[in-house]
Amino acid sequence: MSFINYSTKELNCKIVYYGPGLCGKTTNLQYIHNKTDEKSKGKMISLATETERTLFFDFMPLKLGEIKGFKVRFHLYTVPGQVFYNASRKLILKGADGIVFVADSQVDRMDANLDSFDNLRDNLQEHGYNLDKLPLVLQYNKRDLADIIPVNELEKALNYRNVKSYEAVAIQGKGVFDTLKGAVKDVIKKIKG
Amino acid sequence: MSDSSWIYDEKIIKRLEKEVELLKNESGATAAFLVDKNGQSIATSSSVSEYDTTSIAALVAGNVAATDGLAKLLGEKEFSLLFHEGENEHVHISLIFNVVILVVIFDESTSLGLIRLRVKKFISKMEKFLKASFNNAEKDTKNIFGDITDDEIEGLFDSDESEH
Repeated sequence: MSFINYSTKELNCKIVYYGPGLCGKTTNLQYIHNKTDEKSKGKMISLATETERTLFFDFMPLKLGEIKGFKVRFHLYTVPGQVFYNASRKLILKGADGIVFVADSQVDRMDANLDSFDNLRDNLQEHGYNLDKLPLVLQYNKRDLADIIPVNELEKALNYRNVKSYEAVAIQGKGVFDTLKGAVKDVIKKIKG
Repeated sequence: MSDSSWIYDEKIIKRLEKEVELLKNESGATAAFLVDKNGQSIATSSSVSEYDTTSIAALVAGNVAATDGLAKLLGEKEFSLLFHEGENEHVHISLIFNVVILVVIFDESTSLGLIRLRVKKFISKMEKFLKASFNNAEKDTKNIFGDITDDEIEGLFDSDESEH
């Protein structure tokens, strides 16, 4: 749910990075944070376990330019990917304006991708959102690894809505900003109506 | 309220800012601010510059959401109050109208009793105001953002990423 503050002339939106455990959601945010100019970002907060797995969420505020005199700000969140953190995952989705679904391209993670996508739909439904109407982009991550699923198969399995999708190697930054830009554009277009 | 966006007009924000400033002064708190349940900062008192309000807002909203989940698991409607006691600074968090979160940061120069008393009065006043405001605050976002061009959207990224 975007937040328009007429007093400070700010438009605030929320994008949530969703996907199975170890697919690279936090890596996406870390790359964005590292490569963004100091004046355009706030502190990145990671609520993680001692083994650096996301426990509750990662968060970073990102300042973009202005539209119609309003400063545009995006709050980027990740969810914990591990199956047993579903209660926390659901909470983070509340108020989301757009979703980046990060899929793990490795063959043996396909079931986890599908389960996570179904879980996304269910959790959105519980908040009264419809996955088929919410701005969504897909990222096929880890394209540099061996034994990966061809993109056309990932498309068939996950992209029934024919939304924008991006190949990525998040750890090297490949496709990270393209994915973010795609999501931001979709969210702004939704606000535009 | 609109399904897709939550809009506060200038008049509402000014009133909320005035009220949190009053609360801060009357309770002897260090800072007071209002945050929405999605983690957006709505209104702050005059003395919050030393705090990272954006991060605090996100963490407070997460905290409230987690506590809310806990309440439901225990069969409670909500836990409307959270209190974190530190060595020097303390945080008093309360839910107003189940929509807005009031955060009060205070130190040893005041007491928890006074904070609770003033917060209670503040909530009672704000509940009525917010309820009335929400009913009148609807604005058509399409009037403001309806004619955004693709170039304007593209322009959002021009100066803000150092490399990609």
